[in-house]
Amino acid sequence: MTCDQAQQLLHAYLDDELDLATALQIEAHLPDCPKCSKELEAARIAGRAVAQPAIYYPAPSELRDRLKRAIRSEIGETETPQHAGFLTAWWKRPLAYSGLAAAMILIVCSIALLLPNRASPGQIDDLVASHVRSLEENHLMDVASTDQHTVKPWFEGKIEFSPPVIDLSAEGYPLIGGRLDYLDQKKVAALIYRRNKHVINLFIWPGDATPEVDAKQGFNLIRFECKGMTCWAVSDLNTAELQQFADLFKAQKAASTRS
Amino acid sequence: MPATASKFETAVLEHLDAAYNLARWLTRNEQDAQDVVQESCMNALRAFDSFRGGDFRAWFLAIVRNTSFTWLRRRKNLSSPAAGQSLEAGAEIAADYEVYDPQAIAIRAADADLVRRAIAALPELLREAVVLREMEGLSYKEIGKIAGVPIGTVMSRLARGRMQLQALLVEMDGPNTGNAVQEDDR
Repeated sequence: MTCDQAQQLLHAYLDDELDLATALQIEAHLPDCPKCSKELEAARIAGRAVAQPAIYYPAPSELRDRLKRAIRSEIGETETPQHAGFLTAWWKRPLAYSGLAAAMILIVCSIALLLPNRASPGQIDDLVASHVRSLEENHLMDVASTDQHTVKPWFEGKIEFSPPVIDLSAEGYPLIGGRLDYLDQKKVAALIYRRNKHVINLFIWPGDATPEVDAKQGFNLIRFECKGMTCWAVSDLNTAELQQFADLFKAQKAASTRS
Repeated sequence: MPATASKFETAVLEHLDAAYNLARWLTRNEQDAQDVVQESCMNALRAFDSFRGGDFRAWFLAIVRNTSFTWLRRRKNLSSPAAGQSLEAGAEIAADYEVYDPQAIAIRAADADLVRRAIAALPELLREAVVLREMEGLSYKEIGKIAGVPIGTVMSRLARGRMQLQALLVEMDGPNTGNAVQEDDR
């Protein structure tokens, strides 16, 4: 291992974040290299300085009490008295309600069967949160390029699949870059497109998907499938244009595979 | 109190120190940190239905950090439009940084007040990474999930954060020379 390579990895080594083989290579390099050894020691001391308990800020007890009160009053508002009444009546009159219960179970089961692919509210929240976060400074892109042949290879080695990447600038949806993102604790590809001044995040991961349209916090979300991948387009763009974008993405892909 | 609500309360109180410490370091102000944590807590309660098990701490801290940054941005926009400088300002310092003598750093690191001021002077995103790693002992993966960035970004932020911290510790004025980075005042 060269000194330059070792330097890139010293902090990850210090944090015990390297695989065993790489860590051993660093350990082999250190005794021969005063510069890296000194840097590692300096980083270790700087880290320990931050970790000293004297500079940690524990939550003040008044905040603790304030939060307890706030949580309880928030929950108190949403509790409904009828709910409790229904439950008491239910066990008092088991026969009358057993039919109703059976019917409810049946309805829940059939909904589950009919909509196997329905996105959970949590997933919608995560998608919108990722989209909003991407709009923060410096968060939008890991690779900035309008060239699909630059963006697609960029994902290689970073994720375990190769997302379909196509430029739609001729149709008014220019590709502006790509990014790695996390949804539900897994890595997904995010392509960034623009429509006039609107940013479109297209999240892609392997798996089939049924079409779905959703809206949340003023953002529109459209799910579709493309080449065996689940695709979610998220934007503040209106539904009609976002749907057009989704259709174009799907169609263009189909056209390019035929040619 | 319903079962989910008491479960939520228990979980939030368990991680309240971590939440407050993070907000306190990001906002650099005691009262603001309290407000940010309360707002985060209410947001988390409303979104608790969407939390499908797993790592509650990372989920809650992500809300705290996003609320802190929203709050910081709101304040920057209020104070002056030019103040919307890059959150990663100071990145260029790390490009050709100096390796400081470990002994010199160790001597300055014994002064808790100096260490506090040095951490407070770090750019926000680097400060966030350093606080989560060194004070909470989180892994790169957990920090990446909270900050919404890939592990490689976490690694480089930590490396730059520690390097800038060394420089600040060694070069920052001592306790008697004034010119300190104090709490933000408005």
